Amino acid sequence: MNALVPLPVLLPLCVTGLKLAIGPRLHRFQRFISIAVLGAVLVLSVILMVAADRHGPLSVHLGDFAPPVGITLVADRLAGLMLTVSSAVTLLVLVYSLGQGMADRDDQAPVGVFHPAYLILVAGVSCTFLAGDLVNLYVGFEIMLVASFVLLTIGGTATRIRAGSTYVIISLFSSVLFLVAIAMTYAVAGTVNLAQLAERLQEVPLGARTLLEAMLLTVFAIKAAVFPLAAWLPDSYPTAPAPVTAVFAGLLTKVGVYSMLRTQTLLFPGHRLGDLLMLAALASMAVGILGAVAQTDLKRVLSFTLISHIGYMVFGIALAGRGSIAGAIVYVAHHITVQTTLFLVAGLIERRDGTTELTRLGGLAKAAPLLAVLFFVPAMNLAGIPPLSGFIGKLGLMRAGVADGGGWAWALVAGSAATSLLTLYVMAKVWNLAFWRDAPPGAEEEGLVLESAEDDDPDDDPDDGERPTGSGSGLPVPAGAVVAAGFLGQSITTTQRLPWPMVVATGAAVSLGLSYTVLGGPLTTFTQAAATELLARTPYIEAVLGR
Amino acid sequence: MTVSLSLLVAAAVLNAVGASLLLTRSLTRILLGAVVLGNGVNLLVLASTGSAGEAPLLYPYIIRNRVTDPLPQAIALTAIVITLATTAFLLAMAYRSHQVTGSDEISDDTEDRLVALRAEFLDRRGELRERYREARAEDGGADAEQRARYRAARKRLRRRVREERAYQARANDVSGNLWNDILGADPEDYREGRELGSTDAAGRPGPAPARVAGPSNDPEETGREPDSLPGEDSCHPPPDQPDDPEGAGTEGTR
Repeated sequence: MNALVPLPVLLPLCVTGLKLAIGPRLHRFQRFISIAVLGAVLVLSVILMVAADRHGPLSVHLGDFAPPVGITLVADRLAGLMLTVSSAVTLLVLVYSLGQGMADRDDQAPVGVFHPAYLILVAGVSCTFLAGDLVNLYVGFEIMLVASFVLLTIGGTATRIRAGSTYVIISLFSSVLFLVAIAMTYAVAGTVNLAQLAERLQEVPLGARTLLEAMLLTVFAIKAAVFPLAAWLPDSYPTAPAPVTAVFAGLLTKVGVYSMLRTQTLLFPGHRLGDLLMLAALASMAVGILGAVAQTDLKRVLSFTLISHIGYMVFGIALAGRGSIAGAIVYVAHHITVQTTLFLVAGLIERRDGTTELTRLGGLAKAAPLLAVLFFVPAMNLAGIPPLSGFIGKLGLMRAGVADGGGWAWALVAGSAATSLLTLYVMAKVWNLAFWRDAPPGAEEEGLVLESAEDDDPDDDPDDGERPTGSGSGLPVPAGAVVAAGFLGQSITTTQRLPWPMVVATGAAVSLGLSYTVLGGPLTTFTQAAATELLARTPYIEAVLGR
Repeated sequence: MTVSLSLLVAAAVLNAVGASLLLTRSLTRILLGAVVLGNGVNLLVLASTGSAGEAPLLYPYIIRNRVTDPLPQAIALTAIVITLATTAFLLAMAYRSHQVTGSDEISDDTEDRLVALRAEFLDRRGELRERYREARAEDGGADAEQRARYRAARKRLRRRVREERAYQARANDVSGNLWNDILGADPEDYREGRELGSTDAAGRPGPAPARVAGPSNDPEETGREPDSLPGEDSCHPPPDQPDDPEGAGTEGTR
């Protein structure tokens, strides 16, 4: 059973190699192996999750080096759950992107560039979830990041290069910081193996330990987009192709949250920086959701809600009780699914109407009822309407906050309630603008807020307002800051009939989100067990060090 | 554990240099910063070994506690490889940025510019309206000349907003030529404007130079000479005088 642990990392990497060897040929075969390998990873992840639940954490020492020296991969309950959710989501997004690529008939491009980069991204994410030491965690992050650089700038258009450079530089900085933290950890404790660190860090002086904790938290907070370090996210995500944005929004930030969860529980129990984390969580919630209220582009709205909902997970980690950790784990699983689904729906809207700018959308509920349903369910799920999984996660977190009873905890409970309401408000606004109202007249011509704010002057003559026909060249210029761009940055193809693989994949993602409600009981039991395991620490340490 | 001071000092200097290079706008400088920063951090990793010892080769009769710890070296090697990959990517990105925008400098977020411009637009308009109403109240009626001036000023303001928006919209446009989009067209093509569909804000062929093509740098729009130093302010369009009624008046009488 333990031999299965490295496979979620190895399989995608091997298939990437195969794909690069094949080159831009055999498109059907290439598509087939991409889907097959991600399907295999999903099956493996489920097996690992079940096995970790039954027999405790599984660990593998690569190359058979004794534990503190070699590279260790560990799959416990948390890692198993994260792997399962992430591989399910990546599989769905792959199907979606295949639908988009096939419909656009740009066969070569996705298979040639997108698929290898995507599979490497999956391998990197799996590597991070399974990493048993800090350096391996770092390497997993880097695999994931380099692949994400390629995906974010795919096509190399001016906007994507600009957005990509912010992302690359920020990522580079956080990687460097991570390396510094690793160097300091090694200097202090003489090991980078997480299990051994968990034991040795207890004897390290408090000051040094707090410094390490703060550095690691900073690194992971950059990756997870926690408030003071989140400004890069809405800047860089919305320009990428829809499937890429979806998988980034769903997974990459959660990898940061996962690392935070792992290191905080395993290495730094007793949460010395808990108050600071709570402050960051509250600020993330508030700033993120207020940013979302102000935006008029659907993708940017979703990027800002992403930041605000990261606050919930940080809240759970900061409280560090059994209930709150369990709540945070549920919330991570829920949020990966829902955020990905919403971005997929945004991609469908973009495909249908050529834009995600809310001032130019309208009448979608009548024109595309299926799309409306596909948006409505995850939107309500994000806001946390009772039967859905967002409610389960928020309920768990709030109950943990009330049980904790401290001043900060109460502030955060209030903050998260307010954030839920504001999320509902934002989602209702999107719903009203894009789906419920009639299509805005003249939306084709000019639709930006700037323009509508322009001509309301009573003193102004109607005759002097020359009709905007674009500028300079005399060509009509589409309004809207985020102009839709297709897979490789060419102007997007809009079709009234959406390609069926895209719709099916989105529908499957919606049902995955709903399944958390149906499986609410088992899910809660499982996450409670995972939280107990994380807080006890001994199962993990014993599984790795073999005692 | 004793650490060599020179190693630490060198690491600190390299890190400081790298960090300050990372804060610049030009991608090439950022690239250099990344390389220098990477080396500085690798030195830090090596410093975590403690004092230097013998080579960590496990032949017989070696005294194990005099050997250098090999693990930080392995970590540093991994980091070097990763830095190499990132550097290659950054280099490609700087080149691509030069290809599509004519410079390797990172421009501001278009949405940020839009928000800033919106605030500025509303301010300026309110100011104009205020002044116009005051003038009208003093004269006790709408003077035809004043009215014309006011309207001309407003027209210019609107045109500037439209320019900005056109610029933004075009920044998103690319040729649609798949081959060129992936591999990049020949820079010569860009220079001569042969590349189909890549026109800048003013409709001139060729890549839009990120800063020069910004709004309010056209003598016709601003009523003054084009900026000799267009790079001075890329965040906000430079404040231009002709927006106020006086300037508009002189232009109107011409």
